[in-house]
Amino acid sequence: MTFTIVEAPANTPRPPGIDCAVTAEWLTAFLRDELLFRRNVSRAVVGLSGGVDSAVTAYLCARALGPKNVYAIRLPYATSSPASLSDAQLVVDALGIHCDTIAITDAVDGYLQFEPDADARRRGNVMARTRMVILFDQSAKLGALPIGTGNKTERMLGYFTWHADDTPPLNPIGDLFKTQVWALARYLGVPRPLIDKAPSADLEADQTDEADLGITYARADALLCELLHGYNDEQLVEHGFSADEVALVRRRVDATHWKRHLPTTAMLTNTAINEFYLRPVDY
Amino acid sequence: MAAADTRAPGRARVAVAIVQMKPVKGRYDENLHAAGEAFAQIGDAVDLVAFPEAAFTGYFLEGAVYDLALDARRFAADLARTWRAARGERAVDLVAGFFENDDGTYYNSALYLHIAADSEQIVHLHRKLFLPTYGVFDEERFLSRGRKLGTFETRFGRMAILICEDAWHAIVPTIAAVKGARVLLIPSASPGRGIEGDGELLSIVRWRQTLVSAAVEHGVFVVYAGLTGFEGGKGMTGNSCVIDPHGNVIVQAPAADASIVRAELDLREIDLARASLPLLGDLEAVLPDLLLDEELPLPRGVRDVYDR
Repeated sequence: MTFTIVEAPANTPRPPGIDCAVTAEWLTAFLRDELLFRRNVSRAVVGLSGGVDSAVTAYLCARALGPKNVYAIRLPYATSSPASLSDAQLVVDALGIHCDTIAITDAVDGYLQFEPDADARRRGNVMARTRMVILFDQSAKLGALPIGTGNKTERMLGYFTWHADDTPPLNPIGDLFKTQVWALARYLGVPRPLIDKAPSADLEADQTDEADLGITYARADALLCELLHGYNDEQLVEHGFSADEVALVRRRVDATHWKRHLPTTAMLTNTAINEFYLRPVDY
Repeated sequence: MAAADTRAPGRARVAVAIVQMKPVKGRYDENLHAAGEAFAQIGDAVDLVAFPEAAFTGYFLEGAVYDLALDARRFAADLARTWRAARGERAVDLVAGFFENDDGTYYNSALYLHIAADSEQIVHLHRKLFLPTYGVFDEERFLSRGRKLGTFETRFGRMAILICEDAWHAIVPTIAAVKGARVLLIPSASPGRGIEGDGELLSIVRWRQTLVSAAVEHGVFVVYAGLTGFEGGKGMTGNSCVIDPHGNVIVQAPAADASIVRAELDLREIDLARASLPLLGDLEAVLPDLLLDEELPLPRGVRDVYDR
């Protein structure tokens, strides 16, 4: 008798999957619940960079609140790519949301003119924090809430400016890896140029995320997904990642652990906030 | 906690092969020969081979069960001889279902056998606890019930055998897991029925739900060996599969083909699954309270012992 051989598939690394319809519906409900019911705010401000993360966030906000209640703000610096502005405009036109453009060059240079030795990292951080200053102030002016646009990959790798990109009180996509954000973008109908172009923080000329990180998002997401489920380095290598990839991602995750937390506060009393005085955020 | 002594010392991975047998009714020797052919085709890397329930005789035997039932030692010797004829001195563990004749008492049994180069050892013998006797099934007319659910130590850690309906009572995999089993071996013979499903017979869907639930709730691997082939118009549904402790079906055979299903169990997944969903640990803490519920039909005397 000849038996049919049925093999278990090899455990090859794959980026995490996503059911886009379910996710979009869930995140729309999240935004409605947090904004309309819990905080009694009907407007959202989204810093629209021309990238896919903020585009997906804008699409979700438009679904949740209606396009007339979404305020996109483009915040270019002098060296920002012109394509960032035009790509952001594609989103504005497609959704019919409000849009304002506020150049940050004068504000940033107003400070950096006194810091001529600031390197690219410091300059980038100043730009990111300036953008957040403006988004919060515009939100105050409009009676809106700024919405965060950081994805899980950059959060886990610490590829963001602390107390800048991570500052808004709500973030619908912070638990989605970058590859999942791309999939959601395709589902939501985000214009193709934003999905197809190489992701970039656009803080320096010709900068790309993947070159900065030293790993593609597809590999990083697959690796992070397994790492977060508790696999050790030996198992990750067994699953098909190179030792260099594992070391790179593990190092970034470990080195930026602090960026995913609030500031460390010295505890002095038995009423220390978030140590003894414990209340959930929605209490 | 008994965790330390239930883990496979030094073995993180176990190469499993399920032989989805399509037996010729009542032809024990022919089916043993087919198993030998499977052993030859099974591949080099194999630690544990699993056969279905009634794999060497067919399932629906009625009174012929008395003609075909075997002493466990005879069955073990036949399996070991067949293995060595195909694979020489290579060691292997086998789990296989058979009808057992124990000095004139008949059981639907499965044994776990370790075969070494020149000897074999029955590590565990499980006698089916739940004998389906309804509808198309008539087991208890011909067979006696097993009375104990044992777990047993293997080269790869602690395991338990559940035969077919044993696995359908949620408390059985629960007790096996509480007693330390990290792998559930489930030989089965399931006649397919229910055509109102979507793409599969309903009985196949129900089986998978049951197996996945057992794996997820207790953080165990499930190795399900399903018989295939038609027996008097009743088609056995095969679908031999391996389910990991997260509830993922990592490999599954088709319903109708005699198949060899190969998968590697990474036993470290058990700890990861239990860390993320510690239901078994929770149950161990609460189970005594549940069992001492005075509304439960416990055997007489048991509660008296606890109340003392």
